[in-house]
Order: sequence, then structure tokens, then C-alpha cells
Amino acid sequence: MSNLDRFIETFLNGAVLAKYTPAILSGVWVTVELSVLIVIAGTVLGVALACIRAYRIRPVSFVIVIYADIFRALPPLVLILLAYFGLPNIGLSLSSSAVLFVILGLTLGAFAEEIVWAGITATDKGQWEAARSTGLGFGQSLIHVVLPQAVRMVIPPLTNRAIAITKMTALGTVIGVPDILNQATTAQSFSGNASPLTLAAIAYVALFLPFVILSRWLESRFSWKKG
Amino acid sequence: MSKTITSPAVRRLCEAESPAASKAGRPPILEVTGLRKSFGRLEVLKNVSLSVEKSEMVFVLGRSGSGKSTMLRCCNRLEEPDSGAILLEGQAITGREVNLDKVRRRIGMVFQSFNLYPHLDARRNITLALRKALKQPRDEADARAAAALARVGLTEKAGSYPAQLSGGQQQRVAIARAIALEPAVMLFDEPTSALDPELVGDVLGVMRELKEDGMTMLVVSHEMGFAREAADRVVFMADGRIVEQGPPEAIFTDPQHESTRAFLSRYSSAP
Amino acid sequence: MDQLVQQFFNIDIMMRAWPAIMRGLGMTLLICAVVIPLGLAGGLIAALASTAGSRWLRWPAMALVDLFRAIPPLVLLIFVYAGLPFAGLRLSPFAAVAIAFLLNNSAYYGEVFRAGLISVGKGQWEAARSTGLTQRRTLIHVILPQAIRNVLPDLISNTVEVVKLTSLASVVSLGELLHAADLARSVTYNASPLTLAAGVYLVLLWPVVRFLGRYQRRIAV
Repeated sequence: MSNLDRFIETFLNGAVLAKYTPAILSGVWVTVELSVLIVIAGTVLGVALACIRAYRIRPVSFVIVIYADIFRALPPLVLILLAYFGLPNIGLSLSSSAVLFVILGLTLGAFAEEIVWAGITATDKGQWEAARSTGLGFGQSLIHVVLPQAVRMVIPPLTNRAIAITKMTALGTVIGVPDILNQATTAQSFSGNASPLTLAAIAYVALFLPFVILSRWLESRFSWKKG
Repeated sequence: MSKTITSPAVRRLCEAESPAASKAGRPPILEVTGLRKSFGRLEVLKNVSLSVEKSEMVFVLGRSGSGKSTMLRCCNRLEEPDSGAILLEGQAITGREVNLDKVRRRIGMVFQSFNLYPHLDARRNITLALRKALKQPRDEADARAAAALARVGLTEKAGSYPAQLSGGQQQRVAIARAIALEPAVMLFDEPTSALDPELVGDVLGVMRELKEDGMTMLVVSHEMGFAREAADRVVFMADGRIVEQGPPEAIFTDPQHESTRAFLSRYSSAP
Repeated sequence: MDQLVQQFFNIDIMMRAWPAIMRGLGMTLLICAVVIPLGLAGGLIAALASTAGSRWLRWPAMALVDLFRAIPPLVLLIFVYAGLPFAGLRLSPFAAVAIAFLLNNSAYYGEVFRAGLISVGKGQWEAARSTGLTQRRTLIHVILPQAIRNVLPDLISNTVEVVKLTSLASVVSLGELLHAADLARSVTYNASPLTLAAGVYLVLLWPVVRFLGRYQRRIAV
């Protein structure tokens, strides 16, 4: 058998691929579901916390900063294992998908908060002054004038970070979440063939490459500073 | 309102002690008394008192660092004075119990850098405060915005975004945004300093028309020619104090104080 | 509450796990010492290729970079570790980690460097070349220093990500910090060793994260 044939036999085996495609697809569904939930929850959390921070209530801001620092400094896998193995022993039993969602949601929330906060502080002070001088309250000025500008400004880093964190759903494999990677490694050990892994790689690329390209386009489009 | 020229002897050098007498017993629209403000160790306003009568246009001149912008910004409490009183239509606006947002709707402010909201078009720049702060329904707010834009001559730009407008147009929209609230007094903080020279005239034209419509205006600016022709009173500030004030003709042709003289000679606008 | 402390903050268990944790930390640092320089070098090459004049160089480079940014690092690692043996290439866990991380990091560092190269105005190239400096000399002495200075916060931030990424090596049983902690956890049925590992990561990375925040705010968005 030539080298190319052997390569295809090992990594692109048609029969194996066909047999395990349904399993991989169910993994795709799990990955997509989790990713969407994480992005929504994390972004909303981050924006909300950044808005709260805008009120500059010292003790509250302090807690937010501590949370953001811890979740940005720790590897998510550490937190996932901590939550998955530790929580049941104190009576809190979460499914592995729930653990993954909570930890990655909180992680994205931490990064999103810092990113949006940077956008809020970078918004021209004159915008605050103009809004307040027409009689808009602090909250109204924040929500209608400053936040829209801040968010537009930070879309590129925010998208990048969201992509990076949703890729971490692959970590769910370690605690048994039936995602793409999990299905693939199971299939690989059952079949004794590496093709499921190839399929998994292709599935991930197919899922995330569009977003990577999107974020590349966003960066070039938003490379001007806000008006 | 006629601009009377009084002789130097009659016109006092105001050393910031006495606000102008009210006309016909009505309180001045805006009255500032004993304003003091320091930034750190730098005392920027040293006991400033000023009043602006209804429909008066008061022009404030002075070198940068004289405190004129700070005084203006104290009037709607964008800067908080360290001490002193500010009365709007006879009511105090300093003090904790004052509803500052409500007060600010009675004061229109126009900034040197326009500060239009870049993510909203001209109409929505104007209606934002009308709808959220004054709680007006959409039709009413849109109508008021249209009227305001018409007054500044930019009806056709209602749907344009700030980035699509020239500097002069942006500033006129900013003026429309302020007048739509129908304020009692308008504050102008160097409204034309950031404009290309050929666009200045448009903005000054709008300001002239506002004056003719009877708007009370307090203007910090370097536009001497405009002051001479349109202002009712010119106030000169130096070193955090009001050093001299009076009708423009008197100030420009016969300044009493040496700071005023020095300033005017450097800026000598063609008579 | 008491249960919480027992399960997560059991000092006794933490102390017993300490030596193993420290050995794990050593391995983590070793991985970093290998993977970070390799990633930086790979990233620089990727950036130079992505900004090259010839589109035959640019497009494949950018495609590869995007490819390796789209694959989750864990998937890449498993592929290299569990997949390559099928092709007859059996790698040690360390080698698998090194290769997978090299590919992943080069893509990310590459993007940072590319932003840095772009941020240096064309005027710099023109000025340097017009004083007679060669392409290579210009790059090394004029462009790169400025590029790196412009994106230093992003480089540091990405390096923090790389350090956190080493925790993935635990999945292929490479004995770094998380692996050691998880092993202790499975032996004691107690999560405290993981808390201890978290503490070590915090000591290592929290100052950098904090410092980065202040530094980035100073040079503005």
C-alpha cells in the first residue's frame, strides 16, 4: 500500500467516517448549543457588570474587579474540575454540561466586563457632558449615549474573546460532556482508527472558521477609532 | 434693547462685587454670586459675580486660564463650585436637594467640540432628551426636533449622521439640540473655536437669530467682531476675576483696566 | 459552610499535596520555557509571511493562521497525541504538547505581530530604505522594535493565555500543575489540591493581569 493510501486509510477512512458521522453530528449540536448559551450569558453578564461599575460605588466595583481578575487569571480547566468534582460533595450536583456552561459563562463574563469597561472609560467625556447637560440622568446617559458607543468600539476584542472561549467547550470532554471531541475520542477508541478525530477537527474548523474570518473582517472595518 | 454708551466716569470698573440691577423688578434669568473654584491648589475662580437679564447676550472675554470657561461650566454645574450661589430664574441651583437633571433642562449648553452623539442621526440627537428626560411622546418630540432644525436652517439634514455633516453643520445641530428643550438661558463655550474659518459665519448667524428671537445667552468666545455687533454686554475676566464689564462699544473703544487693554491690543480686531 | 471549607480548603490535604504540586509547577514552567519562545518565533514568521508582498505567500499564511485559530487547542493536542500514532508517529506527551502548542501559539502570536507590523507606518520603511538600509536591516533595526513596542500589552496578554493553556497538558497525562493537583484530588476524593493549584496560578498570573489592565488603560484604547 502506498503512503498516500495508508494515510487515507488511517485518517480519512470512508467507512469509519460514515459510521460515526451521526455521533459527531450530535456532538456538533451539543457544542453549538453550549456555545450560543455561553456567548449570550457571558456578554450580558459582562455588559451588566460594566454598567454597574460605571456608578462608581467603591465596594461594589471592588468585588467586580476581584471577580474579573480571578476568572481571567485562572485556567478554565482548573475551575471546571474544581466545580465538577468539588460541588457534589457539598450537596450541589450539576450535570457536566451545566458546569461547563456556568464556568465558561463566568469566564466570558469576566473578560467581557473588562473589555466593555475599557470602552466606557475610553468614550469621550464630552459625550457624558452633552447628555447630562440636556437633563438626561446618569443611567439614561449611560444606556442611550455612552454604552452604544463603547460597545461599538470594542466589538473586535469582544468577538475575539467570545470565539476563544467558545472553543473551550472542547474542555467539556474531560468531564464527560458529549461534545464533538468526546464523540470523536470514543469513536476512535472503538474503531481503532483516527478518522473520527479528523472528522472532529473538520467539524470544529467548519464551525469556527467563519467566525474567525468574521472577526478578521470586523477588525479591519473597525480599525478607526470611534467618531 | 438699546446699547447706551456711558462715559467712563459713569461706568464703574466692576470688581466682581455687584451684580447688575434687575430691569423692571424682574429677577435676572441667571445670577451668579461669589463663585469660587479651585482645582487642587490652583484657584481658578476668585469670587466671581455676574448676572444675565432676560434676552440679554452677555459675552465673556479673557485669556485662556482666566477662568471664563470654568465659570460658564459652573452655571449648569458641569463643574461644581467650591462656594458661591447660582440662581436660575430666581431659584437656587446649588445644593444637594436640587434636582440637577430638571434644572439642566432649563439651561442649554453648546460645546466647543459639538459633542453630538455619533451613533444617532441629527433628529435623534435632538429627540433623545425630549423623549427620555422630558418624557414626550414620539410625535411631539419629532415635531419639536423638526422645528429646532428649521430654526438653524438644517431641516434637510434630519436623517444625517454627525460624520456626514461639516463642522459648522454639526455645531448648528448641537444648537438645535439645546434649543429644542426651550431653555431659559443658553450657555456657549467657545462655540466657533473648533471650526474652520469659513464655517464660523453660519454658526454666528444662527446665534444672531437666536438673539433676535429674544433668547438669553451667555457666550464665552474670541469672536470680537460678533461681540461688537451683537452683544448687549461684554465682560472681561482675568486671573479668575471679572475685571471690567460694560457695553461692547465702551469696552472695545475705551477699555479702562490694563489687562483688558493688553488683551484687546493683542487681539485687535479691525474696527 | 463547614462542608465547603472541608471540601475545598482542607489545609491538611493541601499540605500533603504540596510537594507534588510544586513538582507539577516545575513542569508547567518547563513547558512554558519551551512553548513560549517557539510560539514567538513561529508567530513572527507567520506575521512576516502574512504581510509579505507576494500574495502566494500571504494567502496561504493567512489561511494557515486562521485554520489554527479555528481549531480548539485541545482538539489539536488530542489529534497530535492520539491521532499521529496511527500514522506510525508515536510522540511523548511532552513532544505532542510542544507541537500542538507551537501550531496554536504561532497563529495567535502571529496575529499580534501582524497588527504590530501594520501599525508601523509606511513612512518608516521609506525613510529607512532611503538612507540605504537593506530590507532585512530595516526590518530588524527599525520596524520590529517599533512593532513590538506597539503591541507589547497584547503580547503579554497572549503569553498569559499560553501559561493558562499549559493546563491542557494534563489531559494527555503530562505531569504539570493541574495534572498533579487532579491526581491528588482523585486519590483523596477532596477538591482542595485543585484549590491549591488555583492559588498557584493566581500567584503566578494575577499580578500580570492586574498590571496589564493598568498599562493598557494608560496607553488608551
